[in-house]
Amino acid sequence: METRKIDVPVMADLFAKGEKPEYLFWVGCAGAFDDRYKKVIKAFAKILAHLNVSYAVLGKEETCNGDPARRAGNEMLYQMQALQLIGIFKMYEVKKIITICPHCFNIFKNEYPDLGGNYEVVNYLQFLNRYIEEGKLKIDRKSLDNITITYHDPCYLGRANDVYDEPRNILSKLTGNVVEMHRNKSFALCCGAGGAQMFKEAEKGNKEVFIERTEDALNTGAGVIATACPFCMTMLTDGLKYKNKEQEIRNLDIAELIAQSIDL
Amino acid sequence: MTKQIVFAITLLITLGVFTYTTLRVISFFRFTRPAFPVRDFGKRFGVMMKVAFGQTKIFRRPVIGFFHALVFWGFCIIIFGSLEMVIDGLTGTERVLKVLGPVYSIIMASGDIFALLVAISILIFLTRRIFFHIKRFDGIEMKKMTHVDANIALSIILLLMVSLLAMNTGYIEYKTITGEASVGVFPVSTFISHFITNGHANNYRILYEASWWSHILLIFLFANLLPYSKHFHVFMSVPNVFLSRLDPLGKLPNMDNITREVKLMLDPNTAFAAPSGDTPPERFGVKDAEDASWKNYFDSLACTQCGRCTSVCPANITGKKLSPRKVIMDLRSRMNEKGPLMVKNGRDFNDNRSLLRDFISGEELWACTTCNACAKECPININHPTLIVDMRRYLVMEEASAPKDIKALFSNIENNGAPWQYSAEDRMNWAKDLVMNVK
Repeated sequence: METRKIDVPVMADLFAKGEKPEYLFWVGCAGAFDDRYKKVIKAFAKILAHLNVSYAVLGKEETCNGDPARRAGNEMLYQMQALQLIGIFKMYEVKKIITICPHCFNIFKNEYPDLGGNYEVVNYLQFLNRYIEEGKLKIDRKSLDNITITYHDPCYLGRANDVYDEPRNILSKLTGNVVEMHRNKSFALCCGAGGAQMFKEAEKGNKEVFIERTEDALNTGAGVIATACPFCMTMLTDGLKYKNKEQEIRNLDIAELIAQSIDL
Repeated sequence: MTKQIVFAITLLITLGVFTYTTLRVISFFRFTRPAFPVRDFGKRFGVMMKVAFGQTKIFRRPVIGFFHALVFWGFCIIIFGSLEMVIDGLTGTERVLKVLGPVYSIIMASGDIFALLVAISILIFLTRRIFFHIKRFDGIEMKKMTHVDANIALSIILLLMVSLLAMNTGYIEYKTITGEASVGVFPVSTFISHFITNGHANNYRILYEASWWSHILLIFLFANLLPYSKHFHVFMSVPNVFLSRLDPLGKLPNMDNITREVKLMLDPNTAFAAPSGDTPPERFGVKDAEDASWKNYFDSLACTQCGRCTSVCPANITGKKLSPRKVIMDLRSRMNEKGPLMVKNGRDFNDNRSLLRDFISGEELWACTTCNACAKECPININHPTLIVDMRRYLVMEEASAPKDIKALFSNIENNGAPWQYSAEDRMNWAKDLVMNVK
């Protein structure tokens, strides 16, 4: 099988050449710096290349959009980051944004408009589901058909923005064996990392939230836990390690599952 | 005529006390901060029909939710009968709404059936509360008094239903025995009356009158107890749903006063265009009851402490101190404590206590994952996370107090533009040597 090198287009370079991409692909801090999550970003970049999507990333100009600061109560820092980014988006005439991270999706979609940043914001699952429904992204069921997959709803896609159907529709194309945890969709339990918990020790309690949620996933008997958020991935992967299940059960992002099924 | 005078006096006393209570609550609302403008009445009406009258969110727990729905729908029907009793009491008429004809029969018949259904539901609720251990009714915020409060309210409702059925039974029997024409249809009471065979018409007349008075006096008593009980819920929940925040759950409200400051920092030129600082600087975030918005306070008055929020809170489930129900209850308690003092001494009055710390600790606030499970679960659309974040805002921006990891997070974002200590120069490392298979 042949391979092709992918040059990820950077906004500044395209602009220098006088080109204007349709989408800004927001990589996010986890995508840029978390070793595990870089694989998810790579998988999605391959899918974008496979679909010939007109896009670019901000690259070194990308900076935290302020979500963890805001949820930790630092409105000042959040707005500094946000107004700075809105300036950059304006410079590059950004109209459409694709995000993977649900927290970034939520803040661009719901909170930047209050500061004058209005964009068409789409989460990668909505984006991919559209391509699948339009028949432009054809998924081969063979590779994953015998695998049981359970999906963990990220709070900021599910309850926060009512995105429940797209991930389930995509997974039903990947395998005939999608199983639900007993707490799912709007009832789903948080992985424990939202609201800036990702960056701090948990308060004293009798259990870690990520272990409680990992148990939900293990109870389904699924071989793959599909996630759609960098924080959820960290937490549930940790949960699998804690339960000594990381050899038997895999925690993969939906973008990775798609890339795997079409052998990119 | 004596009956009318006695009734009018009782009604006046009831309304008088109720007006006093209402004015007291309104005087507390005056201290609160603005929330969102109340617009989109069409949309709000839709939410109210769905969530309040349709009881959609209570049905997230289908079994016990069903019994609550019966009680709610029962109240909606029975209230017409109560209204009729007030008119009858004042004017000396008997069952004045009979002018509605067949509609009246339908209202009375459903009210009569619902009286039984509500009574059964209330018995189930009381049994659950008294004899079963329901985890949701536990927690540090659930004091002995909160349970007593619940049982008193449930018992009054039970008595209301019993007196209603007794009234209808007495009415039917009396009319049947005397051969007078009766109005309305009362399936349950008619059924009950079959079991009472002996008795004089006069006894039934007394049963009817006595139940009539007990029922209406209980309503008057209940109406004036409610505002001081967790069952203020009965009055406040439907308006609270109508006044719901319509934004997606994930959206936090913007702090416009911060936006002005940040814009000044980023572009000093706007400093000349900005209006001079003639308004006193407002406290950032929520420290005390008066910093909360009118909607937060409304939420706290409408809350009936059912604990569905706390039972789905990931922090609470895993043994952390945070309980979203407690946060809402604490706001109401603190306003009850400080409200009267502020009425007397002004909004700036300081009693050396505050909602933050004396009621809600930093440990509770920092345990929140902002997952919105509580807000999603609340049957009457109370929003807990916005209040929790508002209290974090006070801690961080007014006191620079936060867990040390959170402080490190802030400095990383300030210095590196990322929550971790990595350089922006490395942001494209993932894209190096990226290859894909082609067929």
